[in-house]
Amino acid sequence: MITLKINGQQKNWDGDPDLPLLWFLRDEAGLTGTKYGCGQALCGACTVIVDKQAVRACVTSVSDVVGREVTTIEGLHPTGDHAVQKAWRQLNVPQCGFCQAGQIMQAAALLNDNPKPNHDQIREAMAGNICRCGCYQRIENAVHLASTGV
Amino acid sequence: MIMNIRTNPKKLRGFEHYVKVDNVSRRSILKGLGLAGGFVLAAPVMSRPALAAYQTGADKMPHGTVVDPRVFVAIAPDGIVTIVAHRAEMGTGVRTSLPMIVAEEMEADWSRVRIQQAHGDEVKFGNQDTDGSRSTRHYLIPMRQIGASARSMLETAAAKRWGVPAAEVKAVNHEVVHSATSRRIGFGDLAADAAKESVPSVEGLKLKDPKDFRYLGKGQISVVDLRDITVGTARYGADVRLPGMKYAVIARPPVTGGKVASFDGSAAMKVSGYQEVMAGSAWPWRSSVQPLGGGAVIARKTGDATKGRNAVKIVWDDGPNGKYESAAYRAELEAAARKPGLVLRKEGDVEAALKGADKVITGEYYLPHLAHVAMEPPVAVANVSGDKAEIWGPVQSAGGTREDVAKTLGIPEANVTVNVTLLGGGFGRKSKCDFAIEAALLSKELGAPVKVQWTREDDVRTGFLHTVSVERIEAGLDKSGKVTAWRHRSVAPTIASTFAAGAKNQAPFEIGMGLVDMPFEIANVQCENPEAAAHHRIGWFRSVSNIPRAFAVQSMVAEIAKATNRDPKDMLLELIGSPRIVKLDSVKDLWNYGEPYDSYPIDTARLRKVVELVADKGGWGRSVPKGHGLGIAAHRSFVSYVATIVEVAVDDKGKLTVLRVDTAIDCGTYVNPERIQSQIEGAAIMGMSLAKHGAITFKDGKVQQGNFDDFPVIRMDEAPGVTNVYIVPPGPDTPPSGVGEPGVPPFAPALINAIFAATGKRIRAMPIGKQLEA
Ligand code: FES
Ligand code: FES
Repeated sequence: MITLKINGQQKNWDGDPDLPLLWFLRDEAGLTGTKYGCGQALCGACTVIVDKQAVRACVTSVSDVVGREVTTIEGLHPTGDHAVQKAWRQLNVPQCGFCQAGQIMQAAALLNDNPKPNHDQIREAMAGNICRCGCYQRIENAVHLASTGV
Repeated sequence: MIMNIRTNPKKLRGFEHYVKVDNVSRRSILKGLGLAGGFVLAAPVMSRPALAAYQTGADKMPHGTVVDPRVFVAIAPDGIVTIVAHRAEMGTGVRTSLPMIVAEEMEADWSRVRIQQAHGDEVKFGNQDTDGSRSTRHYLIPMRQIGASARSMLETAAAKRWGVPAAEVKAVNHEVVHSATSRRIGFGDLAADAAKESVPSVEGLKLKDPKDFRYLGKGQISVVDLRDITVGTARYGADVRLPGMKYAVIARPPVTGGKVASFDGSAAMKVSGYQEVMAGSAWPWRSSVQPLGGGAVIARKTGDATKGRNAVKIVWDDGPNGKYESAAYRAELEAAARKPGLVLRKEGDVEAALKGADKVITGEYYLPHLAHVAMEPPVAVANVSGDKAEIWGPVQSAGGTREDVAKTLGIPEANVTVNVTLLGGGFGRKSKCDFAIEAALLSKELGAPVKVQWTREDDVRTGFLHTVSVERIEAGLDKSGKVTAWRHRSVAPTIASTFAAGAKNQAPFEIGMGLVDMPFEIANVQCENPEAAAHHRIGWFRSVSNIPRAFAVQSMVAEIAKATNRDPKDMLLELIGSPRIVKLDSVKDLWNYGEPYDSYPIDTARLRKVVELVADKGGWGRSVPKGHGLGIAAHRSFVSYVATIVEVAVDDKGKLTVLRVDTAIDCGTYVNPERIQSQIEGAAIMGMSLAKHGAITFKDGKVQQGNFDDFPVIRMDEAPGVTNVYIVPPGPDTPPSGVGEPGVPPFAPALINAIFAATGKRIRAMPIGKQLEA
């Protein structure tokens, strides 16, 4: 039996300890905001925050996060009003929206680490998150907006 | 993304329409909206021709349009207005913009409007194929009529209650007002009475004066799913979870048309969590949207099913496509392009004109297969029990999915419910519902709800790829540098081959995308289509054949400019020629995106206008530093006009940076300019992805790529520095035209022309890849 802490809540798991965290979140815990896009740490759709770091849940096993705090998009802010979420809405960032939970988690981790990232730092930090709809211009502007106050 | 061949468009036309409706349960919408006592569907559905200043091809689509307000609008006693969105949301904003049109006309207050997604039912809602950049152009007028009808019914009900002439009352912001006596009643209070009013005739409807619009054309309203998307509660296909649901991942034949020769699932069964492994050879490739077959691994978690699928041992019988190899196939296409083909357009005598030309410039342009890689891979949930089936999934074509699932299971369409989730990108891939059929077949076999999840590798390897093509253009110039001859041969496996095995010539909807509708003013023109055999399933990919065509035609323009020492923009305008309506009398089957030519002709004045606008706003001709270059391209597609300028920098190691993109679009009358802007921004990224990186290649009949490592797309660190969008203000009554796709085609040639300007290197085969590295 493995016990995980996700969005402040204890969750138990008695299945395969190697199960990728992504599928535990989605199929077991019902936290479907975290998305599957590649399964190979190539797209960032599955990004969650573990302790303070952005992590790809598709290549992280449940046993890897025992004793750590896992935060998903559902737990980023109690009312969904994290500066990044607000900036995303203000600039109408999403198109299809599928990549956006991952983008938002990545951006939140970036700002936690570096509250005032410059243009190049934003582009570098967000480069692991693909948006096939091509919302990059707005994502970049929204990260900037979130960092300067929404 | 253009045409759904599944239904004979002639079928279910006319009277059958009305007859069929009586069999439709009227309870479903009442139940769905949960609004008994309000303004709800209570009468047979009516389909009426749209009355408008212009005609569209909407009524030629399967099941045409429905403009009955009682199908699309419900008003609860508390005043909440529910509007049905009957098209699929894949990022264009259509789930917001079509209901917004209804709200505008009925004077509903947007903050009191809720959106209900329609399930698949084209008899009730009209055509639901969300593809071909058609939603706004086909539904602007019908949605306005629906709103105006609802408004009129509310006004009539209020006038009756007050005992005043209907002409004295007016709906304003969610209430009806009688200004002479300062009385007002809210929509909620009027709902029950209004529902009893008869639906006014379309002919008598008075549409709002556009100057009174509050929402339309303003771009002030965010998409309805915005908040849900940012907090993780927006529901996509894979987010559907049913009690007792099993998870399936399928091993499909790696070669199109291949079959299972032997199947050994024992290794997969040993892995913990696996419930069942099934060998499925019962699903042969049937030359349609049917599943490819293969074997499915069923588990309690998607992750386990994927692991199990990878442990399955299958020997495949590859069949005749097992020799498909991309380099050899390219040579075949090139050889075909150098010989005459089926003549599709002929003006003057191109052969003689080329012979007599002072100079002939020849360009051969190659574009490999592309995969859609929508961020959300195909996925669907099905629950089949007895002769009933319910599907949940990200499908572009809800009605088509219903029809295809019913056909596959051999049950009546009325027994199939298709619930449309949000689509995590579509780009044409999800206009084929094979993944929903897979889920239905598995659910039937297992007697339980099943989710079929495609992995990214499945998506890249076994989808419906964008075609591979060679476009060959020969331009003959006279002594003065004027182009007098233009021969364009296009060779590419056709989408039609996916539906009719063995098809080798491109369909009207493919040749109509930038080949036979080429707008230049040239005396001798010939367009030909030599044959090409398909060895993989070919499908619609955002903007489809316009991608290779715009690449070829707009590259050739710049090549001619170079050869004659002229400015590429001036050259482009010279070729477009005088402002006129292009006559295409020699083209037998002019598709014109399914639109009547009268309403949607090729108007070179509009094409010139976007070129001039983007040249002006985008600073064409500005001086740029060494190693930088500007490129321009313009293209009409989906009956919209788009021109793009790209500025690049290429350093001495060949590293390419896109510094700036400027795009002008004329899409006629528009609804939500903010979403047009986002579509064009996205089109630049997709155009850049395919130009720089996109290549699906085959060896031994198998796709060689599998994920974002070997089929890369543009990421933020490579994205253009800035993308500016200019929308041409519409003339009065200019019909609306496409937005989702037309931004894509001009991007790649503008980029490639910019690279030429920066480096002198002419790219004739995409992707650019490492071609710039010295
Ligand atoms: S799904 Fe994890 S990075 Fe793509
Ligand atoms: S919004 Fe569609 S993938 Fe990013």
